[in-house]
Amino acid sequence: MTGPTALPPRVDRWWRRTVIGMPYAWLLLFFLVPFLLVFKISFSDPIVGQPPFTPLLSPQGPGLFHISWDNYRFLFDDDLYLVSYLKSVHIAFISTLLCLLLGYPLAYAIARAQPPWRNVLLLLIILPFWTSFLLRVYAWMGVLGDHGLINNLLLWLGVIRQPLKILYTDLAVYLGILYSYLPYMVLPLYASLERLDPDLHEAAADLGAAPLTVFRDITLPLSLPGIIAGSMLVFIPAIGEFVIPSLLGGLDSLMIGRTLYDEFFSNRDWPLSAAVATVLLLILVLPIMVFQHFQARDQAGVQ
Amino acid sequence: MRRRYPTFLISVLAFGYAFLYVPIILVMVYSFNDSRLVSIWGGFSLRWYGELLHNEQIIDAAWLSLRVAVMSATAATVLGTLAALALTRMGRYRGRFLFTGMVAAPLVMPEIITGLSLLLLFVSLQDLVGWPNGRGALTITLSHITFSMAYVAVIVQSRLAAMDATLEEAAMDLGGTPFRVTLDITLPLVMPAMLSGWLLAFTLSLDDLVITSFVSGPGASTLPMVIYSKVKLGLTPDINALATLIIVVVTLCVACAGWLTLSGNAKSPTVARTHN
Repeated sequence: MTGPTALPPRVDRWWRRTVIGMPYAWLLLFFLVPFLLVFKISFSDPIVGQPPFTPLLSPQGPGLFHISWDNYRFLFDDDLYLVSYLKSVHIAFISTLLCLLLGYPLAYAIARAQPPWRNVLLLLIILPFWTSFLLRVYAWMGVLGDHGLINNLLLWLGVIRQPLKILYTDLAVYLGILYSYLPYMVLPLYASLERLDPDLHEAAADLGAAPLTVFRDITLPLSLPGIIAGSMLVFIPAIGEFVIPSLLGGLDSLMIGRTLYDEFFSNRDWPLSAAVATVLLLILVLPIMVFQHFQARDQAGVQ
Repeated sequence: MRRRYPTFLISVLAFGYAFLYVPIILVMVYSFNDSRLVSIWGGFSLRWYGELLHNEQIIDAAWLSLRVAVMSATAATVLGTLAALALTRMGRYRGRFLFTGMVAAPLVMPEIITGLSLLLLFVSLQDLVGWPNGRGALTITLSHITFSMAYVAVIVQSRLAAMDATLEEAAMDLGGTPFRVTLDITLPLVMPAMLSGWLLAFTLSLDDLVITSFVSGPGASTLPMVIYSKVKLGLTPDINALATLIIVVVTLCVACAGWLTLSGNAKSPTVARTHN
């Protein structure tokens, strides 16, 4: 985020009002108000009707406000939700680690390539990110299935006799997240690695540091902002992931996004879904704040 | 002095790009497979492409998705560009902090929460003021505008922030009103960023499943919704063909966007470094 540029004093008021007012009003109505609604409805009771929840302000109710904690109580009584939250964090964490393990060497290799090559290599990282997310996850069904690429290859090589069960397991979910979110990891890592002054390496090497020492003492610490940004960009959306556990995961790959989706579309319990979403948001607030904090510090360091 | 590029890094690149591209290539290859059994090669054939053309459900869904994507990308580009201007060229104003947060938040928000919250908004609005009446193309478009304008704002904003403001200041000093200056100087300079923003918004809209599932109504199934319900049951050859078509179209779009961005950067070299 850059600071506002110095403005000449003559600014048409109507133009200023349009530029700020239009997107502002849109985001208030379609972004902020909906969140307040989720919060509000998480405190109401489900009813059969349209809309299927009790109004908070009910003139004929016992009090003016009708706040029900039932949804939250249910959320902590039923193991399903607790297990889903924990499993989401667990799966997102492991997938983020895998992304870092593959993304870091990849970003490093791109940053070390000759400048004309870098743009091509970067474009090739971003290109799959542009094609349909759903279809990319679908593509992995063809790789991991019982008659998929991996099993066919291993059978043909004689390594295994029976196809391995990979599709519809947690492993498939890890791979799906790793694949889908890899660009989010590589791009910030590349940005911080590319910024490194090659002279630093040269100097350290000239002074007798072994390549691994140079990496550990210079490259790694200086690329820490990229590591944090990339990890957060993978970890945060992965927690709420729905498509990947739904298509690649097994019945026990209970991620909270999937549980919420099923709760909403099969049981049609809107207030409970709203409570699930509110708690998910609370879980995400901490990593989002960490991310914003490091982004702001990183940006301030650049300027 | 140029040092040799280490072999280790070459193998990293080879493995990384194989990981990224093999699954996609596999889908494309199998889209030409004559056999109904997806995993067994039954010879080259275009029959799945032919069947796609006769699948009315898919054609209808594709048409709806395309209409929604064009409308929402256009509106998101206008709103996102205004938001980017409001963040970089408007100085200080009340509520700027909240605004900054609201522009950035949709980028990290799980779709499942955004979808649920927008549905609750539409239902409550209908209850209160009778609009939007029911759910369908309109509610899908409004939702897509909301999440994709954040992406447009980020792209245009990074361009605006990197751009030299002296040209605009000079035009103001020469008596241009802020509106004329934006129209005549700023917008032409950020046009490549707006175009790539539009393309990104277009592909995001074309691709969205989760938010759309929440805010869509009966009879309004977008392409991802149809694909998801088919794919949930396993691999199907006609989805392979559809995937191949979509991948080819998107790749062409991205190539255009990349070319636009590069040629835009060529005119103002300072921007090139900020595009990562």
